[in-house]
Amino acid sequence: MLGAIGLALGLSVIFGEPRQLWIGWLLPLVGVRLDLDPLGGIFVAATGAVAIAVGIYAVGYAKREHWARFPLITLPLFVAGMLLVPAAGSVTTFLLAWELMAATSLILVLSEHRRAAVRTAGVFYAIMTQLGFVAILVALVVLSASGGGDAFTTIAANADSLTPGIRNAIFLLTVLGFGSKAGLLPLHAWLPKAHPEAPSPVSALMSAAMVNMGIYGIIRIDLQLLGPGPHWWGLTLMIFGAVSAVFGVLQASVSTDLKQLLAYSTTENMGLITLALGAAMLLASSGAPTVAAIALTAALLHLLSHAAFKTLGFLAAGSVLAATGLRDLDKLGGLARRMPVTTVMFGIAALGASGLPLGAGFVSEWLLLQSLIHAPHDSITLVALAMPLSVGAVALTTGLGIAAMVKAFGVGFLARPRSAAAEAAREAPMSMLAGMTLAAAACVVFAVAPALLSPALQRVLAVLPTVGGDSAGPQIDTILRLPGVAGSISPALLAAALAIAVLLALVLARWGGRHRPPAMVTPLWACGADSLSPRMQYTATSFAEPLQRVFDDILRPDTNVEVTHFAESQYLVEKVTYQTLMADPVEQRFYTPVVRAVTVWAHLVRRAHTGSVHLYLAYGAAGLLIVLLVAR
Amino acid sequence: MSWIGKIGRVGRMVEPAHDAPEAAIAPPTGVTGSLQLRHVDCGSCNGCELEITSAFAPMYDAERFGARLVASPRHADALLATGVVTHNMRQPLLNTLKAIPEPRIVIAVGDCAVNGNMFTKGYGVVGTVGDVVPVDVEIPGCPPTPQQIITALRSVTGR
Amino acid sequence: MSALAVAAAALQVVGVLAGAPLVVGGMRQVRARLEGRAGGGIGQPWRDLRKQLRKQQITPRGTTVVFALAPAVVAGSTLLIAAIVPLIALGSPLESVADLFGVVGLLFLGTVALTLAGIDTGTAFGGMGSSREITIAALVEPTILLAVFALSVPGESANLAAIVSATENHPEQLVSPGSLLAFVALGIVIIAETGRLPVDNPSTHLELTMIHEAMILEYAGPKLALVEWASGMRLTVLLGLVANLFMPWGIAGADPSLLAVLIGLASITAKVVVLAGLLAAGEVFIAKLRLFRVPELLAGSFLLALLAVTASYFLGTPTS
Repeated sequence: MLGAIGLALGLSVIFGEPRQLWIGWLLPLVGVRLDLDPLGGIFVAATGAVAIAVGIYAVGYAKREHWARFPLITLPLFVAGMLLVPAAGSVTTFLLAWELMAATSLILVLSEHRRAAVRTAGVFYAIMTQLGFVAILVALVVLSASGGGDAFTTIAANADSLTPGIRNAIFLLTVLGFGSKAGLLPLHAWLPKAHPEAPSPVSALMSAAMVNMGIYGIIRIDLQLLGPGPHWWGLTLMIFGAVSAVFGVLQASVSTDLKQLLAYSTTENMGLITLALGAAMLLASSGAPTVAAIALTAALLHLLSHAAFKTLGFLAAGSVLAATGLRDLDKLGGLARRMPVTTVMFGIAALGASGLPLGAGFVSEWLLLQSLIHAPHDSITLVALAMPLSVGAVALTTGLGIAAMVKAFGVGFLARPRSAAAEAAREAPMSMLAGMTLAAAACVVFAVAPALLSPALQRVLAVLPTVGGDSAGPQIDTILRLPGVAGSISPALLAAALAIAVLLALVLARWGGRHRPPAMVTPLWACGADSLSPRMQYTATSFAEPLQRVFDDILRPDTNVEVTHFAESQYLVEKVTYQTLMADPVEQRFYTPVVRAVTVWAHLVRRAHTGSVHLYLAYGAAGLLIVLLVAR
Repeated sequence: MSWIGKIGRVGRMVEPAHDAPEAAIAPPTGVTGSLQLRHVDCGSCNGCELEITSAFAPMYDAERFGARLVASPRHADALLATGVVTHNMRQPLLNTLKAIPEPRIVIAVGDCAVNGNMFTKGYGVVGTVGDVVPVDVEIPGCPPTPQQIITALRSVTGR
Repeated sequence: MSALAVAAAALQVVGVLAGAPLVVGGMRQVRARLEGRAGGGIGQPWRDLRKQLRKQQITPRGTTVVFALAPAVVAGSTLLIAAIVPLIALGSPLESVADLFGVVGLLFLGTVALTLAGIDTGTAFGGMGSSREITIAALVEPTILLAVFALSVPGESANLAAIVSATENHPEQLVSPGSLLAFVALGIVIIAETGRLPVDNPSTHLELTMIHEAMILEYAGPKLALVEWASGMRLTVLLGLVANLFMPWGIAGADPSLLAVLIGLASITAKVVVLAGLLAAGEVFIAKLRLFRVPELLAGSFLLALLAVTASYFLGTPTS
């Protein structure tokens, strides 16, 4: 048991290490071609870093949760798969690594397979991820067939010879396939099921590292290999991104399951990144490479900071789950006194996810907004229309994101415990705290000193010739300045200034202090009654209720109100039952018909399966004849 | 837009202020002209409530002397208690007083609150406000007029 | 950056600190007069503040450090905004530290701090106020960012000094549809963000209708003073900001003389007084909206902001 834990830790550290030597790292294996350039390097580094934090955390988590040996061994394999994907230098290697990643993650999702919810999530995940894989497989096989080779470098060299039809087909297929991995709408449905049901370290890996691979695929294939496409490519990505971001955050803001909320927030952030990628593409193709470089930097920076705060978020949620056995925000509360360190950690993660200043997500969202408002507005009508709408989408996303995170942190960790389990919570063990501290440190770096990442980002931009190219990206220094356009911000100085201002406010509050009677701790004001019970607090459901009402048309909750009257008089009410069910409307309206259609077809096909050998032989012969006819 | 005309026609409807009364007690915090009040109805017939309401209405406008009714006892400096204290309201009265941050004062409004009036012998009555909490200022009358209430409040705010 | 520019920024902070209670008092006074009352006088909020600062500190049982620190965060973030935005002079030393997006972020940081404090009390009213406040904030944010976008199109920058000087140099842009729509949208946003009528009634006593007040029901004494002070400062800073974004005349330059600073101070005071007076007078004529009507108002302002951006994109002539 301990050996396996050590292995997990060791592997994650080893694989985290190579991030220092990523440039020009070439490692030809037998049939497997690894070619790590800075673009892949940044993804490897992110994965490695996430894996280190998760690895350390998993030591304590596995002990506390009594993990079986099998998932523990799979964990390093999963990490290895994720490290191989961005390192792959050829189509075959890429697909192999991709499948390794998908299969191991499925095993990990199923590690608590005794619960029915986990099994459902597993089946869902398996189907969706393999469908996505099929799309990627077809796209990449077509790509390598028409690109004249297996290696990415060969394809890149021959990329210009591809016909527009093939390019468009590959673009659409890869966006679908990689989009489903990144959890973009409408292929997101597996994500809010699988991520919450997986054990928390696995959720962290999946949400912070694995979804990035979808983005990696889009960047690698569509931005780098296929090069600048027509306008509608960028526009497609922007629409995908904007819809995913807004939908994801809406679901997050009404979700009452802590881990599901985080999972929906992953969809939201991937949407923002895709939006930034699309904006970069659109801007590059309409002749604004400088602004495109800003958008691309925004995408990469947001990807990294999302990895940091989402790791932290899921790890903290895991600590809560381990300590209380609860994910339901309606039953949590009061953890700030019982689990102070975890609370601070989740606070840092939530601040990052809400995109507020001093949070990890602020700088990247700022860059994204800057790139959107600085688009050249005298060029193309399409750009002029797309940019304001996407600013609106980003703004709505941040606004609702704040609401979702305030709910998660406030209701989950502050106030008083809403259940006995939350009341009995105790702080997580050392190794779990250590893992979280690592992720928190990364968050702080993103929030206050993104300048440290500037060299790495510049290198990545340099290898993406289609976007940005030779034009320099934004100078992320102590003061962050944008090239070519006026605009600057300084997260570090802002943090310092805010600290001073808060101190000033505290000093102001001391004014008149010598006239004051001594301070006192008193019971809560209960409007004259003796005490407030924890049941009188606002819960996550009630907290999100106004938002749910506002967005009723999109969320479409099922509300049942049952009123039971006394037998004697229908004017006297005995009890009222109120029930609201929040289901994923996309899942209900989009997936259910599809699944139903597939079932109907399956029934039709079943009629052909009579069990008669003669009939099967006839099928075979007919099939062969058709193939011969077509091939001729 | 007839509203604007109405505002112009009506003008100032507030009654002229009398001279400031003698201070009943020193302002609790040493700052004059600011008094936030939390009102508790301990078992009143609502006569006093009506008078308090009109004391804060435009005609008398107690706000010009720095007095204001607030929603939370945490924001208040003084407890404005009306009526005799009934059994059910005894504990809420105590709780409210405890919720007001120091320094705080208690103002008993109306004869019931001051001496029980005709309800002294009622089976549901604990006693006067003074029997339950220490009273600093008393405003007698059944009910006291808005002018009396304002005079008493001014004797506390010192304005 | 000259010493006077630094002094001007410091003057902004001090001015907002000292002036905010007077602005609140003035608005109450305008309201009182229009209602036929005499009113407590312009200095009443200052008296209340001084009194609250001399009262006892109270910690309600079960609250955490979030509750204790939230007032300081709200006040601190507002003070920082006061130091950044161009109220008296353009060249604040913190000007390159945060642009308009940064300022909006700081504003929301304060809102979030207070919202968390409301939840932290664990009372029903605290949670209710927080839930409502965050709903409104979430819907205000898109409008505010879009309005920023519309404003930053002519100046081609979201940095405040650039926007203000662009308007100063090209006043004809103010009458463009984009600018006017953005003005209206920002106006609605400020009303919603500072909890004025018709979104929230700052003088209500009914807990069930409260938004901002419900969150701070548990605050007492010095902490309450800080919260009230901060909400006055937010109002003042936002009014000053809107005044200078749309009527920048009189503001001192990046490297001002003493006279220019004084003129800047006088002009911003006059602008804020006029705007606050108009706002207070307007409030007399309207009642509070039902809570679930408020999103409709905000959606309307969002639409205005979107139109503003589109208008400035299509109709606006870039400054050259």
